[in-house]
Amino acid sequence: MAIEVNGKTFETDEEGYLVNLAEWEPGIAEAMSKEDDLELTEEHWDIINFLREYYEEYQIAPAVRVLTKAVGKKLGKEKGNSKYLYALFPYGPGKQACRFAGLPKPTGCI
Amino acid sequence: MSEEDMMDDEIVKKFMFVNRRAPYGSIYALESLEVVLIAAAFDQDVSLVFSDDGVFQLKKEQDTAGIGMKNFSPTYRALEMYDVEKLYVSKTSMDQRGLTKDDLIVEVEVLGDEALADLMDDQDVIFSF
Amino acid sequence: MSILHTVNKSPFEKSSLDSCLSMAKEGSALLLIEDGIFAALKGTAKESQMKDASQKLKLYVLGPDLKARGMAEERVIEGVEVVDYAGFVDLAAAYDKVSAWV
Repeated sequence: MAIEVNGKTFETDEEGYLVNLAEWEPGIAEAMSKEDDLELTEEHWDIINFLREYYEEYQIAPAVRVLTKAVGKKLGKEKGNSKYLYALFPYGPGKQACRFAGLPKPTGCI
Repeated sequence: MSEEDMMDDEIVKKFMFVNRRAPYGSIYALESLEVVLIAAAFDQDVSLVFSDDGVFQLKKEQDTAGIGMKNFSPTYRALEMYDVEKLYVSKTSMDQRGLTKDDLIVEVEVLGDEALADLMDDQDVIFSF
Repeated sequence: MSILHTVNKSPFEKSSLDSCLSMAKEGSALLLIEDGIFAALKGTAKESQMKDASQKLKLYVLGPDLKARGMAEERVIEGVEVVDYAGFVDLAAAYDKVSAWV
């Protein structure tokens, strides 16, 4: 599979996750969200950027429970709960937000 | 699994992962880490033991740029967030390899062989990598 | 007819290093690569064996494999020379043949 952004083609796996993390650019998140019928707001970007920083530091896509906890610590309690995160990313903050951020699917999600 | 917190009424077992291989020379270390994270996602009581060459997995300052492999050592620092907090290393193995606690990327408990054997006795399931 | 020996297994886990050292003749060389680099470190149970070996063999260790495993060059036993990939190639070319103790 692949996704097209601004005339460039990026390889994705069979579930739509970017194959090469280093290729990521914001346009990829925009294009993926469009396919999911989702408009990215500043709140979405906060989570996407947070995930990219988390991956940079720990070399892993966090499980949703870990993400929720970590977001609460970093961005405030009102954002560190699954209700808020699911409202932003209806297909699941672990799976969908990680995909937008160019990360692999979180370990432990099937 | 779904992304809900769904394991509320599951049975919790004591899982021990015994890591005995150096990283990069074989796939064991990385595979073990993956399974540990999955076990943690299922809210199990997870202990990690690093013995023999497994102690090298936790060495600080790994830099794999020159060998074209992923450096997964930072992920050991994420284990705490997965509530995996029982990390033990073998004193015998550390001594043989000239390593001290200061060489390691995470906080661990250093145990002698007898204490490790007792710990092992106390588990429900043991996985060796 | 001198040989460049390479060992890529940990000396704590496999007997590759021991076998190599018992067969390597004076004037040949040993290059430690991959998990073999653990034999090149100070303060280990293998240090004295390596120091003995340095009396009759030229000893080398591959730098990128040290670095990947978080081992600074200061931890390498004196008498063991750190080489990069180009140095590996030079060694392979300089010796008559290569024997890999896999």
